[in-house]
Amino acid sequence: MTARKDLLVPPGRPARVARRRGHSLTSQDRRLGHALVAPVMIVLLAITAYPLFYNIWNSFHYADYLNAATFSSFAGFSNYSMLFHADQFVPALVRTLGFTAVSVAVETAVGLGIALALNRPFRGRGVVRAAVFIPLAVPTVVSAELWKTMFDPQSGFVNYILAHLHLPLASTAWLDGTWTAWAAILAADAWRNTPFMAIVLLAGLQVIPQDIYEAAKIDGASAGQAFRRLTLPLLMPALMVALIFRTLSSFLIFDVVFIMTGGGPGTSTQVLSALNYEAFLDDFNFGYGGAIAVAMVVMALIIAAIYVRVLRVERQT
Amino acid sequence: MSATDAVAARSRADVRPRRHLRPGRAARKTGFFLLLALFVLVSLFPFYWIVITSLKTTAEYNQGTTSVLPPSHVTMSNYVDDLTQQNFIRALLNSVGVSLATTILTVLLAALAGYALSRTSIRGKGGILGFILLTAFFPPLAIVGPMFIAYKHIGLLNTLPGLVICYLVLTLPLATWLLTNYFLQIPKELEEAAIVDGSTRVQALHKVIVPVARPAMFTVAILSFILAWNDFTFAVSFISTPNNYTAPLAIYNLGNSQYQVFYNLIDAAVVIISLPVACLVIFAQKRVISGLTAGSFR
Repeated sequence: MTARKDLLVPPGRPARVARRRGHSLTSQDRRLGHALVAPVMIVLLAITAYPLFYNIWNSFHYADYLNAATFSSFAGFSNYSMLFHADQFVPALVRTLGFTAVSVAVETAVGLGIALALNRPFRGRGVVRAAVFIPLAVPTVVSAELWKTMFDPQSGFVNYILAHLHLPLASTAWLDGTWTAWAAILAADAWRNTPFMAIVLLAGLQVIPQDIYEAAKIDGASAGQAFRRLTLPLLMPALMVALIFRTLSSFLIFDVVFIMTGGGPGTSTQVLSALNYEAFLDDFNFGYGGAIAVAMVVMALIIAAIYVRVLRVERQT
Repeated sequence: MSATDAVAARSRADVRPRRHLRPGRAARKTGFFLLLALFVLVSLFPFYWIVITSLKTTAEYNQGTTSVLPPSHVTMSNYVDDLTQQNFIRALLNSVGVSLATTILTVLLAALAGYALSRTSIRGKGGILGFILLTAFFPPLAIVGPMFIAYKHIGLLNTLPGLVICYLVLTLPLATWLLTNYFLQIPKELEEAAIVDGSTRVQALHKVIVPVARPAMFTVAILSFILAWNDFTFAVSFISTPNNYTAPLAIYNLGNSQYQVFYNLIDAAVVIISLPVACLVIFAQKRVISGLTAGSFR
């Protein structure tokens, strides 16, 4: 306390000097702020803005390291026209969008079920919650190899149980067929990511005040009506946020597909990220790869823009 | 079943013990617990499966699936083989090193930036926070190509520090947002008191803010560790020699380098790499959950 008095009334100094000192404190404060925020900004600019501009530059040039003749000459839009004519990008885009729609739908439905169940009090809820959420924390390489094991025709569980129950498909070589490979990929992706949906929706459910359900009950609403008219609308903000996050990460899926099928059989499970990897690191064509990357950034930004918009609407309401 | 229902039921039970549940309610309750059991089973059974597969001898593995029970001859030879012949210890140590380095850098840089964004009067805070959020949406594969060339030029290709730099793009956006929001909730008076007592701003951050923000920083640390530990994309893009493999990359190559795939060998490595995160989930459930979902809450 004595220290504060000393500071406020500096002995033998006129008030004017004190004010000027306040000014320099503000600029000093600002300089400190800039210095502290700079490392994060430099790192993030170096890992996102630099690649973005380099990709844009490359996408307008021939940057095929395996073709020295044309290397680094201006390419105009030829890398971009390759997106639509090389018969790789559009099919991969369609596959990726299809997978995104199906996986997000499945994960939302199951995740909502888990969230609703875990929102009710029962003994041992903490243990059940931990058990259900463990898959979310394991590496993608674990979910991929684990489900490869499960679907393996020789040593897997899936075909064993199908045969035991006299169900069809018991002798399927899952990863060798287009649709069965997609089913295996979906299982791995949904197993790992459904907990994310559940966790976000559970948090959304827990902030809904319980007394509105009492009121609804008194007014004679059935459980179904209460769910449709109260739970769902109040859950909307959490649901939207979870949907957008899952949509983006599903759209960018790479590891699980790369490890489980490598894009095969043929190219029937090749997704956009895997195509981009192939262009960069198998073909060393950084012009075409750059064009794919720019297209992916634009699409990711659209999803991000929707996210920001949803948040703003939410804040206003 | 609401809280008041439960209370009412309990007080009724005090007076006159219920002899049996009404049939409809009992059926619903059974259904509810069956559903829960199904969730837990789907979540955990695959782990059980890789554990028993990893304990099979190659001879038993080659017989195919004959039972869902643990193998009759439990063997640790797959674990021993992974850890000795397959150089998996090296990969694990690489992963630990990379993840710890990412964690330390993330906590340090995000705490400094979070302090600047919550406590100083720099201009354009909204823009800075918006940019940081946007980088969380940046596709990793769009980073891989240009960084590959840049790393080749500056000698970071096929090195672990090169990985750490890229991991920061996975961790910093969420970490900075989380810590900025947390610092904003700490009363300004705490810090002012320290400054009045003669501390510099940076000392005040170190002595006052950091101890108060320890829970949030712990969450950020766990999140960073898990994100770096789990990465496959950057590792497979930049690392080419087995001595620099991280654990996920080593597992991938275990399955890729053989003519016949021995899942018993792979699954032993999968069990090993799952253990640290499984322990984290069990012992720090709340932190892990809030960390992994940090992006979805403001």
